[in-house]
Amino acid sequence: MFAATRLNRRSYRNQSVARAVFCLMTVALVIPVLLIVGTLVVKGGPAISWEFLFTPPRDNMTAGGILPALVGTVWLVVVALLASVPLGIAAALYLSEYAPDNLLTRTINLAIINLAGVPSIVHALFGVGAFVLFFRFGASILAASLTLAIMTLPVVIVATRESLQAVPQAFREACLNMGATRWQTIRKVVLPNSVSGILTGVILEVSRTAGETAPIMFTGATAFVAFLPESVFDQTMAMSYHLYYTATQATDVPEELTFGVALVLIGMVLLMNAVSIGFRVYLRGLKKW
Amino acid sequence: MDSPGGSRPQPPGGDGFAIETRGLNLWYGDFQALFDVDLGVGRGTITSMIGPSGCGKTTLLRTCNRIIERLGYVRTTGSVYVLGHDIFGDDIELVQVRKKIGMVFQRPNPLPISIRENVLFGFRLHEARLRRVSAAEEAEVLESSLRQVLLWDNVKDRLDRPATGLSLEEQQKLCIARLLPVKPHLLLMDEPCSALDPAGTEAVEELIWKLRGEYTILIVTHNMAQARRASQECVFMLLGRIVEHGLTEELFLSPRHSETADYIEGRYG
Repeated sequence: MFAATRLNRRSYRNQSVARAVFCLMTVALVIPVLLIVGTLVVKGGPAISWEFLFTPPRDNMTAGGILPALVGTVWLVVVALLASVPLGIAAALYLSEYAPDNLLTRTINLAIINLAGVPSIVHALFGVGAFVLFFRFGASILAASLTLAIMTLPVVIVATRESLQAVPQAFREACLNMGATRWQTIRKVVLPNSVSGILTGVILEVSRTAGETAPIMFTGATAFVAFLPESVFDQTMAMSYHLYYTATQATDVPEELTFGVALVLIGMVLLMNAVSIGFRVYLRGLKKW
Repeated sequence: MDSPGGSRPQPPGGDGFAIETRGLNLWYGDFQALFDVDLGVGRGTITSMIGPSGCGKTTLLRTCNRIIERLGYVRTTGSVYVLGHDIFGDDIELVQVRKKIGMVFQRPNPLPISIRENVLFGFRLHEARLRRVSAAEEAEVLESSLRQVLLWDNVKDRLDRPATGLSLEEQQKLCIARLLPVKPHLLLMDEPCSALDPAGTEAVEELIWKLRGEYTILIVTHNMAQARRASQECVFMLLGRIVEHGLTEELFLSPRHSETADYIEGRYG
Protein backbone atom coordinates (compact mmCIF):
# COMPACT_ATOMS: atom_id res chain seq x y z
CA MET A 1 0.00 0.00 0.00
CA PHE A 2 2.77 2.39 0.89
CA ALA A 3 5.31 1.05 -1.65
CA ALA A 4 7.01 3.58 -3.94
CA THR A 5 5.33 4.06 -7.28
CA ARG A 6 7.06 4.85 -10.55
CA LEU A 7 6.05 8.47 -10.13
CA ASN A 8 7.67 8.60 -6.69
CA ARG A 9 10.88 7.14 -8.03
CA ARG A 10 10.96 9.64 -10.87
CA SER A 11 10.45 12.54 -8.47
CA TYR A 12 13.28 11.19 -6.35
CA ARG A 13 15.58 10.97 -9.32
CA ASN A 14 14.81 14.55 -10.35
CA GLN A 15 15.38 15.72 -6.85
CA SER A 16 18.83 14.08 -6.60
CA VAL A 17 19.82 15.58 -9.93
CA ALA A 18 18.75 19.02 -8.78
CA ARG A 19 20.66 18.65 -5.53
CA ALA A 20 23.81 17.53 -7.35
CA VAL A 21 23.64 20.45 -9.76
CA PHE A 22 23.20 23.02 -6.99
CA CYS A 23 25.99 21.46 -4.96
CA LEU A 24 28.30 21.60 -7.97
CA MET A 25 27.47 25.26 -8.51
CA THR A 26 28.34 26.05 -4.93
CA VAL A 27 31.65 24.25 -5.18
CA ALA A 28 32.39 26.04 -8.46
CA LEU A 29 31.82 29.26 -6.60
CA VAL A 30 34.33 28.47 -3.89
CA ILE A 31 37.12 27.27 -6.20
CA PRO A 32 38.08 30.68 -7.63
CA VAL A 33 38.17 32.20 -4.15
CA LEU A 34 40.52 29.47 -2.94
CA LEU A 35 42.65 29.77 -6.07
CA ILE A 36 42.95 33.54 -5.75
CA VAL A 37 43.84 33.50 -2.08
CA GLY A 38 46.15 30.51 -2.58
CA THR A 39 48.04 32.11 -5.46
CA LEU A 40 48.41 35.36 -3.57
CA VAL A 41 49.73 33.64 -0.46
CA VAL A 42 52.16 31.44 -2.37
CA LYS A 43 53.49 34.10 -4.70
CA GLY A 44 53.18 37.21 -2.55
CA GLY A 45 53.78 35.68 0.87
CA PRO A 46 57.59 35.84 0.68
CA ALA A 47 57.42 39.60 0.00
CA ILE A 48 55.62 40.39 3.24
CA SER A 49 57.83 41.72 5.99
CA TRP A 50 57.84 44.64 8.42
CA GLU A 51 60.08 46.43 6.03
CA PHE A 52 57.60 45.87 3.19
CA LEU A 53 54.78 47.37 5.23
CA PHE A 54 56.66 50.29 6.72
CA THR A 55 58.99 51.70 4.04
CA PRO A 56 58.25 53.58 0.82
CA PRO A 57 59.05 52.04 -2.59
CA ARG A 58 62.57 52.40 -3.99
CA ASP A 59 64.30 52.08 -7.36
CA ASN A 60 61.36 52.89 -9.64
CA MET A 61 58.94 50.70 -7.64
CA THR A 62 61.09 47.64 -8.15
CA ALA A 63 62.07 47.37 -4.51
CA GLY A 64 61.13 48.67 -1.09
CA GLY A 65 57.77 48.73 0.60
CA ILE A 66 54.27 50.12 0.35
CA LEU A 67 53.90 52.47 3.31
CA PRO A 68 52.64 55.54 1.37
CA ALA A 69 50.04 53.42 -0.39
CA LEU A 70 48.81 51.87 2.86
CA VAL A 71 48.55 55.24 4.57
CA GLY A 72 46.97 56.76 1.47
CA THR A 73 44.27 54.11 1.36
CA VAL A 74 43.47 54.75 5.02
CA TRP A 75 43.14 58.47 4.28
CA LEU A 76 40.90 57.84 1.30
CA VAL A 77 38.66 55.46 3.23
CA VAL A 78 38.34 57.69 6.29
CA VAL A 79 37.51 60.83 4.32
CA ALA A 80 35.07 58.92 2.11
CA LEU A 81 33.34 57.54 5.21
CA LEU A 82 33.11 60.97 6.82
CA ALA A 83 31.30 62.16 3.73
CA SER A 84 29.07 59.22 2.91
CA VAL A 85 28.04 57.77 6.28
CA PRO A 86 26.22 60.80 7.73
CA LEU A 87 24.64 61.55 4.37
CA GLY A 88 23.65 57.94 3.72
CA ILE A 89 22.20 57.33 7.18
CA ALA A 90 20.25 60.58 7.10
CA ALA A 91 18.84 59.75 3.68
CA ALA A 92 17.92 56.23 4.75
CA LEU A 93 16.23 57.54 7.91
CA TYR A 94 14.18 59.95 5.87
CA LEU A 95 13.21 57.33 3.31
CA SER A 96 12.36 54.69 5.88
CA GLU A 97 10.81 56.71 8.69
CA TYR A 98 9.44 59.94 7.29
CA ALA A 99 8.87 59.81 3.54
CA PRO A 100 5.30 59.12 2.46
CA ASP A 101 4.91 56.34 -0.07
CA ASN A 102 4.40 58.46 -3.17
CA LEU A 103 5.81 58.89 -6.64
CA LEU A 104 8.68 61.09 -5.47
CA THR A 105 9.85 58.57 -2.85
CA ARG A 106 9.62 55.73 -5.32
CA THR A 107 11.59 57.74 -7.84
CA ILE A 108 14.29 58.44 -5.28
CA ASN A 109 14.48 54.75 -4.40
CA LEU A 110 14.83 53.88 -8.05
CA ALA A 111 17.54 56.50 -8.45
CA ILE A 112 19.48 55.01 -5.55
CA ILE A 113 19.34 51.55 -7.04
CA ASN A 114 20.49 52.97 -10.36
CA LEU A 115 23.29 54.87 -8.69
CA ALA A 116 24.53 51.52 -7.39
CA GLY A 117 24.61 50.23 -10.96
CA VAL A 118 26.66 53.05 -12.44
CA PRO A 119 30.11 51.72 -13.52
CA SER A 120 32.92 53.00 -11.36
CA ILE A 121 34.76 54.55 -14.30
CA VAL A 122 31.74 56.74 -14.90
CA HIS A 123 31.89 57.83 -11.27
CA ALA A 124 35.54 58.62 -11.89
CA LEU A 125 34.71 60.90 -14.80
CA PHE A 126 32.00 62.56 -12.74
CA GLY A 127 34.54 63.05 -9.96
CA VAL A 128 36.97 64.71 -12.34
CA GLY A 129 34.29 67.01 -13.68
CA ALA A 130 32.67 67.88 -10.38
CA PHE A 131 35.34 67.78 -7.68
CA VAL A 132 38.65 68.18 -9.47
CA LEU A 133 37.60 70.83 -11.98
CA PHE A 134 34.35 72.51 -10.92
CA PHE A 135 35.02 72.73 -7.18
CA ARG A 136 38.74 73.24 -7.91
CA PHE A 137 39.89 70.65 -5.37
CA GLY A 138 42.47 69.53 -7.92
CA ALA A 139 43.63 65.95 -7.97
CA SER A 140 43.57 65.36 -4.23
CA ILE A 141 42.48 63.03 -1.46
CA LEU A 142 39.37 65.17 -1.04
CA ALA A 143 38.29 64.82 -4.67
CA ALA A 144 39.06 61.09 -4.73
CA SER A 145 37.29 60.42 -1.44
CA LEU A 146 34.19 62.35 -2.45
CA THR A 147 34.07 60.36 -5.67
CA LEU A 148 34.35 57.14 -3.67
CA ALA A 149 31.70 58.43 -1.27
CA ILE A 150 29.21 59.03 -4.06
CA MET A 151 29.93 55.63 -5.49
CA THR A 152 29.35 53.82 -2.18
CA LEU A 153 26.44 55.96 -1.00
CA PRO A 154 23.83 53.49 -2.30
CA VAL A 155 25.45 50.71 -0.26
CA VAL A 156 25.08 52.71 2.94
CA ILE A 157 21.56 53.84 2.14
CA VAL A 158 20.28 50.39 1.21
CA ALA A 159 21.95 48.65 4.16
CA THR A 160 20.69 51.28 6.59
CA ARG A 161 17.18 51.30 5.21
CA GLU A 162 16.99 47.55 5.42
CA SER A 163 18.16 47.40 8.99
CA LEU A 164 15.73 50.18 9.93
CA GLN A 165 12.90 48.26 8.36
CA ALA A 166 13.93 45.15 10.26
CA VAL A 167 12.97 46.89 13.52
CA PRO A 168 9.51 45.54 14.40
CA GLN A 169 6.63 47.96 13.78
CA ALA A 170 5.34 47.06 17.25
CA PHE A 171 8.24 48.96 18.81
CA ARG A 172 7.44 52.07 16.83
CA GLU A 173 3.76 51.84 17.68
CA ALA A 174 4.49 51.30 21.36
CA CYS A 175 6.63 54.38 21.34
CA LEU A 176 4.33 56.61 19.28
CA ASN A 177 1.38 55.59 21.42
CA MET A 178 3.10 56.90 24.49
CA GLY A 179 3.17 60.29 22.82
CA ALA A 180 6.69 60.21 21.46
CA THR A 181 7.42 62.16 18.31
CA ARG A 182 8.90 60.40 15.32
CA TRP A 183 12.34 61.72 16.11
CA GLN A 184 12.13 60.53 19.72
CA THR A 185 10.98 57.16 18.43
CA ILE A 186 13.90 57.00 16.04
CA ARG A 187 16.46 58.03 18.61
CA LYS A 188 15.28 55.90 21.48
CA VAL A 189 13.96 52.81 19.77
CA VAL A 190 14.67 52.53 16.07
CA LEU A 191 18.35 53.49 15.93
CA PRO A 192 19.52 51.50 18.97
CA ASN A 193 17.89 48.43 17.48
CA SER A 194 19.26 48.82 13.99
CA VAL A 195 22.79 49.97 14.72
CA SER A 196 24.29 46.53 14.09
CA GLY A 197 22.89 46.37 10.58
CA ILE A 198 23.96 49.93 9.85
CA LEU A 199 27.50 49.18 11.00
CA THR A 200 27.62 46.13 8.80
CA GLY A 201 26.70 48.28 5.84
CA VAL A 202 29.34 50.83 6.74
CA ILE A 203 32.04 48.23 7.00
CA LEU A 204 31.02 46.65 3.71
CA GLU A 205 31.39 50.09 2.27
CA VAL A 206 34.87 50.37 3.75
CA SER A 207 36.05 47.25 1.98
CA ARG A 208 34.57 48.38 -1.32
CA THR A 209 36.15 51.83 -0.94
CA ALA A 210 39.55 50.37 -0.18
CA GLY A 211 39.51 48.14 -3.22
CA GLU A 212 38.32 50.48 -5.98
CA THR A 213 40.84 51.77 -8.50
CA ALA A 214 38.95 53.50 -11.27
CA PRO A 215 37.32 56.30 -9.26
CA ILE A 216 40.59 57.43 -7.72
CA MET A 217 42.76 57.09 -10.81
CA PHE A 218 42.04 60.56 -12.20
CA THR A 219 40.85 62.23 -9.04
CA GLY A 220 43.65 61.96 -6.53
CA ALA A 221 45.74 58.83 -6.70
CA THR A 222 49.22 59.05 -8.05
CA ALA A 223 51.81 56.45 -8.90
CA PHE A 224 54.50 57.70 -6.61
CA VAL A 225 54.94 60.30 -3.89
CA ALA A 226 57.86 59.99 -1.54
CA PHE A 227 56.12 61.65 1.41
CA LEU A 228 52.98 60.74 3.32
CA PRO A 229 49.89 62.90 2.75
CA GLU A 230 49.52 65.73 5.23
CA SER A 231 46.14 67.17 4.28
CA VAL A 232 43.13 66.28 2.17
CA PHE A 233 44.44 68.52 -0.59
CA ASP A 234 47.52 66.34 -1.17
CA GLN A 235 47.74 63.71 -3.83
CA THR A 236 48.39 60.27 -2.47
CA MET A 237 49.37 56.75 -3.34
CA ALA A 238 46.76 54.07 -2.77
CA MET A 239 46.92 50.29 -2.49
CA SER A 240 44.60 49.50 -5.36
CA TYR A 241 46.27 51.99 -7.69
CA HIS A 242 49.73 50.85 -6.61
CA LEU A 243 48.78 47.31 -7.53
CA TYR A 244 47.55 48.42 -10.93
CA TYR A 245 50.70 50.44 -11.47
CA THR A 246 53.23 47.82 -10.42
CA ALA A 247 51.41 45.13 -12.38
CA THR A 248 50.98 46.95 -15.69
CA GLN A 249 52.83 50.26 -15.88
CA ALA A 250 56.19 49.97 -14.16
CA THR A 251 58.90 47.81 -15.71
CA ASP A 252 61.12 45.19 -14.08
CA VAL A 253 58.98 44.90 -10.96
CA PRO A 254 59.64 41.53 -9.32
CA GLU A 255 56.55 39.36 -9.44
CA GLU A 256 56.56 38.70 -5.73
CA LEU A 257 56.30 42.42 -4.98
CA THR A 258 53.14 42.82 -7.06
CA PHE A 259 51.59 39.77 -5.48
CA GLY A 260 52.64 41.06 -2.08
CA VAL A 261 50.70 44.29 -2.69
CA ALA A 262 47.65 42.29 -3.74
CA LEU A 263 47.96 40.08 -0.69
CA VAL A 264 48.10 43.05 1.68
CA LEU A 265 45.12 44.66 -0.06
CA ILE A 266 42.99 41.54 0.15
CA GLY A 267 44.18 41.07 3.72
CA MET A 268 42.94 44.57 4.58
CA VAL A 269 39.54 43.87 3.06
CA LEU A 270 39.20 40.48 4.74
CA LEU A 271 40.22 42.00 8.04
CA MET A 272 37.53 44.66 7.72
CA ASN A 273 34.92 42.06 6.84
CA ALA A 274 35.99 40.01 9.82
CA VAL A 275 35.61 43.06 12.03
CA SER A 276 32.16 43.62 10.56
CA ILE A 277 31.11 40.06 11.29
CA GLY A 278 32.53 40.26 14.79
CA PHE A 279 30.64 43.50 15.40
CA ARG A 280 27.42 42.02 14.16
CA VAL A 281 27.74 38.95 16.35
CA TYR A 282 28.52 41.13 19.35
CA LEU A 283 25.62 43.52 18.76
CA ARG A 284 23.21 40.69 18.03
CA GLY A 285 24.13 39.28 21.39
CA LEU A 286 22.86 42.52 22.92
CA LYS A 287 19.51 42.28 21.13
CA LYS A 288 16.87 40.53 23.10
CA TRP A 289 13.93 39.87 20.84
CA MET B 1 -12.74 72.34 28.68
CA ASP B 2 -13.55 75.16 31.11
CA SER B 3 -14.85 77.68 28.59
CA PRO B 4 -15.57 81.12 30.02
CA GLY B 5 -19.07 82.58 29.63
CA GLY B 6 -22.04 81.04 27.93
CA SER B 7 -21.67 82.53 24.47
CA ARG B 8 -19.79 79.55 23.09
CA PRO B 9 -21.86 76.52 22.32
CA GLN B 10 -21.44 73.69 24.77
CA PRO B 11 -18.89 71.28 23.38
CA PRO B 12 -20.21 67.79 22.86
CA GLY B 13 -19.15 65.21 25.35
CA GLY B 14 -19.67 67.58 28.21
CA ASP B 15 -22.26 65.26 29.65
CA GLY B 16 -19.86 62.60 30.80
CA PHE B 17 -18.70 61.08 27.54
CA ALA B 18 -15.01 60.26 27.36
CA ILE B 19 -15.20 59.48 23.67
CA GLU B 20 -17.94 60.62 21.37
CA THR B 21 -17.93 60.09 17.64
CA ARG B 22 -20.36 61.86 15.33
CA GLY B 23 -21.05 60.71 11.80
CA LEU B 24 -17.63 59.14 11.59
CA ASN B 25 -16.79 57.66 8.20
CA LEU B 26 -13.42 56.19 7.36
CA TRP B 27 -11.89 54.98 4.12
CA TYR B 28 -8.77 52.93 3.49
CA GLY B 29 -8.07 54.15 -0.01
CA ASP B 30 -11.34 53.40 -1.80
CA PHE B 31 -12.59 50.92 0.76
CA GLN B 32 -14.99 52.34 3.30
CA ALA B 33 -14.39 50.72 6.68
CA LEU B 34 -16.63 52.83 8.94
CA PHE B 35 -20.11 54.15 8.13
CA ASP B 36 -21.69 57.00 10.11
CA VAL B 37 -20.49 55.80 13.45
CA ASP B 38 -22.13 57.58 16.39
CA LEU B 39 -20.74 56.26 19.63
CA GLY B 40 -20.63 57.66 23.12
CA VAL B 41 -18.38 56.06 25.69
CA GLY B 42 -19.13 57.08 29.26
CA ARG B 43 -16.32 58.30 31.49
CA GLY B 44 -14.84 55.71 33.78
CA THR B 45 -16.64 52.79 32.17
CA ILE B 46 -15.33 49.68 30.51
CA THR B 47 -16.86 49.33 27.07
CA SER B 48 -16.19 46.33 24.90
CA MET B 49 -16.55 46.17 21.15
CA ILE B 50 -17.50 42.87 19.59
CA GLY B 51 -18.27 41.78 16.06
CA PRO B 52 -16.95 39.47 13.38
CA SER B 53 -13.50 39.95 11.82
CA GLY B 54 -13.30 42.93 9.50
CA CYS B 55 -16.29 44.72 11.03
CA GLY B 56 -14.26 47.82 11.89
CA LYS B 57 -13.77 47.43 15.65
CA THR B 58 -10.01 47.83 15.53
CA THR B 59 -10.30 50.62 12.97
CA LEU B 60 -12.66 52.52 15.26
CA LEU B 61 -10.38 51.94 18.23
CA ARG B 62 -7.35 53.15 16.33
CA THR B 63 -9.18 56.22 15.14
CA CYS B 64 -9.71 57.33 18.74
CA ASN B 65 -6.04 58.24 19.13
CA ARG B 66 -5.42 58.89 15.45
CA ILE B 67 -2.73 56.20 15.26
CA ILE B 68 -4.61 54.93 12.21
CA GLU B 69 -3.22 57.84 10.20
CA ARG B 70 0.21 56.26 10.25
CA LEU B 71 -0.92 54.12 7.34
CA GLY B 72 -1.04 57.21 5.15
CA TYR B 73 -3.90 56.25 2.84
CA VAL B 74 -6.63 56.78 5.40
CA ARG B 75 -9.34 59.43 5.00
CA THR B 76 -11.98 60.33 7.55
CA THR B 77 -15.06 62.52 7.73
CA GLY B 78 -17.16 63.32 10.79
CA SER B 79 -15.69 64.03 14.18
CA VAL B 80 -14.27 62.34 17.23
CA TYR B 81 -14.50 64.15 20.55
CA VAL B 82 -12.26 62.96 23.35
CA LEU B 83 -13.06 64.49 26.72
CA GLY B 84 -15.01 67.15 24.86
CA HIS B 85 -12.30 68.10 22.37
CA ASP B 86 -12.43 67.42 18.66
CA ILE B 87 -9.21 65.47 18.09
CA PHE B 88 -9.32 66.30 14.39
CA GLY B 89 -9.43 70.01 15.26
CA ASP B 90 -6.77 72.47 14.18
CA ASP B 91 -5.40 73.26 17.62
CA ILE B 92 -4.81 69.62 18.52
CA GLU B 93 -1.33 68.38 19.28
CA LEU B 94 -1.12 64.68 18.47
CA VAL B 95 1.50 64.07 21.11
CA GLN B 96 -0.89 65.38 23.78
CA VAL B 97 -3.73 63.26 22.42
CA ARG B 98 -1.65 60.11 22.56
CA LYS B 99 -0.35 60.95 26.00
CA LYS B 100 -3.89 61.15 27.34
CA ILE B 101 -4.96 58.02 25.49
CA GLY B 102 -2.93 54.94 26.21
CA MET B 103 -3.07 51.95 23.92
CA VAL B 104 -2.54 48.26 24.57
CA PHE B 105 -1.97 45.94 21.65
CA GLN B 106 -2.93 42.43 20.71
CA ARG B 107 0.60 41.15 21.10
CA PRO B 108 2.41 42.52 24.12
CA ASN B 109 5.02 44.92 22.77
CA PRO B 110 7.47 45.82 25.52
CA LEU B 111 10.45 47.72 24.21
CA PRO B 112 13.71 45.74 24.17
CA ILE B 113 15.01 47.51 27.25
CA SER B 114 14.78 46.76 30.95
CA ILE B 115 11.54 46.53 32.91
CA ARG B 116 12.39 49.72 34.76
CA GLU B 117 13.12 51.64 31.55
CA ASN B 118 9.92 50.37 29.97
CA VAL B 119 7.76 51.66 32.80
CA LEU B 120 9.58 54.96 32.98
CA PHE B 121 9.77 55.42 29.20
CA GLY B 122 6.75 57.68 28.79
CA PHE B 123 7.42 59.40 32.10
CA ARG B 124 10.92 60.34 31.05
CA LEU B 125 9.65 61.39 27.65
CA HIS B 126 7.09 63.81 29.06
CA GLU B 127 7.81 64.71 32.68
CA ALA B 128 11.53 64.42 33.04
CA ARG B 129 12.11 66.86 30.22
CA LEU B 130 10.18 69.65 31.90
CA ARG B 131 11.74 69.49 35.33
CA ARG B 132 14.35 67.67 37.34
CA VAL B 133 13.02 64.35 38.50
CA SER B 134 14.73 62.81 41.51
CA ALA B 135 15.67 59.17 41.57
CA ALA B 136 13.32 58.76 44.51
CA GLU B 137 10.40 60.10 42.50
CA GLU B 138 11.20 57.77 39.63
CA ALA B 139 11.36 54.86 42.01
CA GLU B 140 7.99 55.84 43.42
CA VAL B 141 6.39 56.15 39.99
CA LEU B 142 7.88 52.82 39.03
CA GLU B 143 6.56 51.05 42.10
CA SER B 144 3.08 52.53 42.03
CA SER B 145 2.63 51.77 38.33
CA LEU B 146 3.74 48.20 38.74
CA ARG B 147 1.59 47.81 41.86
CA GLN B 148 -1.48 49.07 39.98
CA VAL B 149 -1.08 46.32 37.42
CA LEU B 150 -0.42 43.69 40.11
CA LEU B 151 3.08 43.07 38.83
CA TRP B 152 5.26 44.63 41.51
CA ASP B 153 5.73 41.55 43.67
CA ASN B 154 6.70 39.44 40.66
CA VAL B 155 9.30 41.73 39.22
CA LYS B 156 10.61 43.89 42.06
CA ASP B 157 13.82 41.86 42.24
CA ARG B 158 14.58 41.97 38.53
CA LEU B 159 13.72 45.50 37.47
CA ASP B 160 16.88 45.83 35.42
CA ARG B 161 16.40 42.63 33.49
CA PRO B 162 15.13 42.87 29.91
CA ALA B 163 11.36 43.20 29.68
CA THR B 164 11.26 40.74 26.81
CA GLY B 165 12.26 37.98 29.22
CA LEU B 166 8.92 38.16 31.04
CA SER B 167 6.04 35.80 30.34
CA LEU B 168 3.43 37.07 27.88
CA GLU B 169 1.00 37.78 30.69
CA GLU B 170 3.59 39.79 32.59
CA GLN B 171 4.59 41.58 29.39
CA GLN B 172 1.02 42.62 28.74
CA LYS B 173 0.66 43.89 32.29
CA LEU B 174 3.91 45.77 31.85
CA CYS B 175 2.54 47.32 28.68
CA ILE B 176 -0.40 48.60 30.71
CA ALA B 177 1.86 49.72 33.54
CA ARG B 178 4.02 51.86 31.30
CA LEU B 179 0.99 53.89 30.21
CA LEU B 180 0.08 54.90 33.76
CA PRO B 181 2.96 57.24 34.75
CA VAL B 182 1.87 59.88 32.20
CA LYS B 183 -1.65 59.82 33.70
CA PRO B 184 -3.81 58.92 30.73
CA HIS B 185 -7.60 59.32 30.88
CA LEU B 186 -8.39 56.56 28.47
CA LEU B 187 -6.99 53.15 27.75
CA LEU B 188 -7.67 51.60 24.37
CA MET B 189 -7.12 47.86 24.25
CA ASP B 190 -6.98 45.89 21.04
CA GLU B 191 -7.70 42.26 21.94
CA PRO B 192 -5.38 42.50 24.92
CA CYS B 193 -5.71 38.85 25.88
CA SER B 194 -5.68 37.07 22.57
CA ALA B 195 -1.99 36.16 22.81
CA LEU B 196 -2.31 34.90 26.39
CA ASP B 197 -3.09 31.51 27.87
CA PRO B 198 -6.28 31.06 29.96
CA ALA B 199 -4.55 31.86 33.26
CA GLY B 200 -2.95 34.95 31.76
CA THR B 201 -6.26 36.01 30.26
CA GLU B 202 -7.95 35.71 33.61
CA ALA B 203 -5.21 37.73 35.33
CA VAL B 204 -5.30 40.52 32.75
CA GLU B 205 -9.12 40.62 32.75
CA GLU B 206 -9.02 40.91 36.51
CA LEU B 207 -6.61 43.81 36.15
CA ILE B 208 -8.79 45.55 33.58
CA TRP B 209 -11.80 45.17 35.83
CA LYS B 210 -9.84 46.66 38.71
CA LEU B 211 -8.90 49.72 36.64
CA ARG B 212 -12.52 50.68 35.85
CA GLY B 213 -13.70 53.96 37.29
CA GLU B 214 -10.17 55.30 37.36
CA TYR B 215 -9.75 55.08 33.61
CA THR B 216 -12.15 54.93 30.72
CA ILE B 217 -11.41 51.68 28.96
CA LEU B 218 -12.42 50.64 25.48
CA ILE B 219 -11.65 47.01 24.60
CA VAL B 220 -11.89 45.28 21.28
CA THR B 221 -12.38 41.59 21.70
CA HIS B 222 -13.13 38.53 19.64
CA ASN B 223 -14.13 36.70 22.72
CA MET B 224 -17.77 37.18 23.62
CA ALA B 225 -17.35 35.54 26.98
CA GLN B 226 -14.66 38.06 27.75
CA ALA B 227 -16.86 40.97 26.73
CA ARG B 228 -19.54 39.59 28.98
CA ARG B 229 -17.22 39.09 31.95
CA ALA B 230 -15.04 42.16 31.72
CA SER B 231 -17.14 45.05 30.45
CA GLN B 232 -20.00 47.22 31.64
CA GLU B 233 -21.17 48.35 28.25
CA CYS B 234 -20.95 46.53 24.97
CA VAL B 235 -20.97 47.68 21.35
CA PHE B 236 -21.81 45.26 18.57
CA MET B 237 -20.45 46.19 15.15
CA LEU B 238 -21.13 44.69 11.77
CA LEU B 239 -19.71 45.70 8.38
CA GLY B 240 -18.48 49.07 9.57
CA ARG B 241 -21.66 50.09 11.38
CA ILE B 242 -22.66 50.06 15.01
CA VAL B 243 -25.65 47.77 15.24
CA GLU B 244 -26.25 47.89 18.92
CA HIS B 245 -24.83 49.56 21.99
CA GLY B 246 -26.08 48.93 25.47
CA LEU B 247 -25.32 47.63 28.92
CA THR B 248 -23.40 44.40 28.52
CA GLU B 249 -25.90 42.39 30.54
CA GLU B 250 -28.86 43.60 28.52
CA LEU B 251 -27.13 43.20 25.19
CA PHE B 252 -26.34 39.60 25.91
CA LEU B 253 -29.65 38.71 27.60
CA SER B 254 -32.10 40.56 25.41
CA PRO B 255 -30.50 41.94 22.24
CA ARG B 256 -32.73 44.37 20.37
CA HIS B 257 -31.52 43.45 16.89
CA SER B 258 -31.67 40.11 15.17
CA GLU B 259 -28.07 40.46 13.88
CA THR B 260 -26.84 40.89 17.44
CA ALA B 261 -28.81 37.91 18.60
CA ASP B 262 -27.50 35.76 15.76
CA TYR B 263 -23.92 36.80 16.46
CA ILE B 264 -23.95 36.26 20.20
CA GLU B 265 -25.57 32.90 19.70
CA GLY B 266 -22.73 31.98 17.39
CA ARG B 267 -24.70 31.66 14.16
CA TYR B 268 -21.96 33.58 12.32
CA GLY B 269 -18.74 35.40 13.13
